[in-house]
Amino acid sequence: MNSRQQILISGVGGQGILFVTRLLAEAAILKGLPVLTSETHGMAQRGGTVVSHLKVGNFTSPLIRPGSADGLLIMKAENAALHGYFLKPGGWAVVNRPKDNTCDLTRCTVDADGIAVHLGNPKAVNLVMLGFALARSPEMFCRADDMRRILERRLTGNGPMRTAALDAFEAGCTAPSGEDGSNVQDSFHTQGGQEDE
Amino acid sequence: MALGLLENGCSVATSYPGTPASEILASAASLKKIHGLSLHVQWAVNEKIAFEIAYAAAIAGLRTAVSMKQVGLNVASDPLMSAAYMGTKGGFILISADDPGPHSSQTEQDSRLMAVMAKIPVLDPDSPSQARYMAALGYEMSEAFEIPVMIRPTTRVCHSRQDIAVGPISVEPRTADFERNPVRWAATPKFRHQLHRQLEEKLDAVSHYAKTTPVCLNSGKRFSRALVVSGVAAAHTREIVEEMGLWGTLSVYQVLQPFPLHADFISELLSHHDDILVIEESTGVIEMQLADRYRVKGRNSRAVPRVGELLPEDVERLISEFAGLPVKTVLIPAPSPGRRPTLCAGCPHRASFYAIKRAVRKGIYTSDIGCYTLGLNLGVVDTVLCMGAAISQAAGFYHAYRDMEKRPDIVATMGDSTFFHAGIPALIDAVVQQVRFLLVILDNRTTAMTGSQPTPSTGVGVCGEPLNSVDIEAVVRACGVQYCETGNPYQLKAFIPLLKEAVAYSRDSGPAVVISRYPCILDRRSRNERTPGISVAVNDRCDGCAHCVEQFECPALILDTTVHRVHIDPMVCVGCGVCIHVCPKGAIEEVE
Repeated sequence: MNSRQQILISGVGGQGILFVTRLLAEAAILKGLPVLTSETHGMAQRGGTVVSHLKVGNFTSPLIRPGSADGLLIMKAENAALHGYFLKPGGWAVVNRPKDNTCDLTRCTVDADGIAVHLGNPKAVNLVMLGFALARSPEMFCRADDMRRILERRLTGNGPMRTAALDAFEAGCTAPSGEDGSNVQDSFHTQGGQEDE
Repeated sequence: MALGLLENGCSVATSYPGTPASEILASAASLKKIHGLSLHVQWAVNEKIAFEIAYAAAIAGLRTAVSMKQVGLNVASDPLMSAAYMGTKGGFILISADDPGPHSSQTEQDSRLMAVMAKIPVLDPDSPSQARYMAALGYEMSEAFEIPVMIRPTTRVCHSRQDIAVGPISVEPRTADFERNPVRWAATPKFRHQLHRQLEEKLDAVSHYAKTTPVCLNSGKRFSRALVVSGVAAAHTREIVEEMGLWGTLSVYQVLQPFPLHADFISELLSHHDDILVIEESTGVIEMQLADRYRVKGRNSRAVPRVGELLPEDVERLISEFAGLPVKTVLIPAPSPGRRPTLCAGCPHRASFYAIKRAVRKGIYTSDIGCYTLGLNLGVVDTVLCMGAAISQAAGFYHAYRDMEKRPDIVATMGDSTFFHAGIPALIDAVVQQVRFLLVILDNRTTAMTGSQPTPSTGVGVCGEPLNSVDIEAVVRACGVQYCETGNPYQLKAFIPLLKEAVAYSRDSGPAVVISRYPCILDRRSRNERTPGISVAVNDRCDGCAHCVEQFECPALILDTTVHRVHIDPMVCVGCGVCIHVCPKGAIEEVE
């Protein structure tokens, strides 16, 4: 577990990216760690690309620089091409990759869409991904148990919604990975993209 | 920011929603509830009105605040310029949130320049916690100098979250006590001259105010090179200078109050440093006041890019170059546009735009600020200028074409909140000038783009309290419009003929208005006004002609070009059923 972490969460409007960011920020606070997040709101949220930056530890800038993220949480496979360059060499990435989709970043993928639909809760893709990421990323600053407590605390008194949310989270925790990635190299640090300046 | 305002005794907080400032007032409302405070919190009909309400309460001796986005301040600039002269009694804070990028705005304008023009001090926070602290500072300054104080956060302050300690809010409520003084509060030009002189004296004093003096982040030894930073650029800089180990190489100053820049700081900086780089957003306001074009570099000298948000990687490059260090190259893939924003699946605006396109095939389509700007994806938005301009631009196009034999049909689209904000005077003008155009008011019962704030027709306040409501039809008719009909855009079969009839009327008889009424699918408040969703499916009549995908552009309709067939994404579809009437082949149908 690493208490200084920069995590980028990327997806599209409506996927609940801000909610996941908030949950992770709460986990940091519960652990007594300083936290900064930066989010996209407004027009971009209308089905457009949404990205949020989460920085846990002694940071002052709200944004992550390219090549510096410890981890990526990619909620839409196509965004791996958009935001993969934020990942530092050797960083972890978990990607929501529905069956038959291609993805530029093949570290650790899961069909979160499929799992959420199977649970009858298509809106819970974000929690499936969160569970999957926490179960798969040992360097993360918090554990699945921490998140379970936060979810339980946040969703008190709301029977069916609470159960559905927790189920989605657990399904993510136990979901098999499409390609488990320690040996799989991603395109960003091997071939590189175009050099910027 | 809301917490900072309330824990320092703010009694009246007003706003008009606009990204990235919308959450300030909503937070004030929720803190009011949590802490059982008695302040007045309200959404005003526009920023000018929001400003005037908060300002009047401040000259009655209360601490007040008005918040808005940067382009909102354009609307409120009239009272701002005058209020600067007259000053205030109680603390008056104006929050104008800038959006370098821009992420969700028409312009990247720098509100600090508005402070320069108005001649009021402006504070530039680097983080949520500093923004909170600046509210306390702002009230103190505002009362010490009897001057309005601007706080200018940017998107990266507004849309950041940070861990901060919160405690109970305990402030003694003040009572209003307006001292009549027409020479000041209703000054004629002769007295304005005096007020202007007093304002200059206040500004001089503010430029020596100890509490807002620039902070040297590595005090001690002075180096020949100095970095001067403010706002989020300061937050980026602290982290980067630390990481690069440059605290012993460069002097780093953080400016808290970019205008008026402290007089002593200016002379000290210019007498002790040979090279000065100013990193600030989004114009060179600090740089401008340093006025040494040989030693000072920044946005005005073009050392710092003049356009776009300063990302931490930009700041890192600037600092590396300035320190004479190699610039780290980072591999960034060719810029890709990502997903373009689109109207939500089931958005009533999409149905309205589709119907407009069917009813008026070739025309000039003026539009306005709101979610429905995204109607440009559907080819039914030709112009977007600023709040309320859809109507006045329609008038301008009409007058431009009026003597031509074949005049184009002109259709203006404008949301309900925008209509109240700035559309009504424009509509009155169009009635008086007999402008032949169709105005479609997209009445989704809320201010959707900024997060479902109530409009004047909602009848609900920011805390959920019941208020009076104003009827849009009644306003339209009272403006003198003779033709005003209301329709439901989900009912395309009836709605398209209604639009055709309205546009036919407008060709000969002057302004026609159609109110397209269906609640925003994201608005919880109006969920009972919506019809329950249905299940739709694509049958074998679908031949992949792409009409629905291209002309209706619902994100739930996915064209599979390999099998020439459209399918419906169950993750996205909300069951509005409008596409059933869009498909020319009858290939989309309701299923059990």
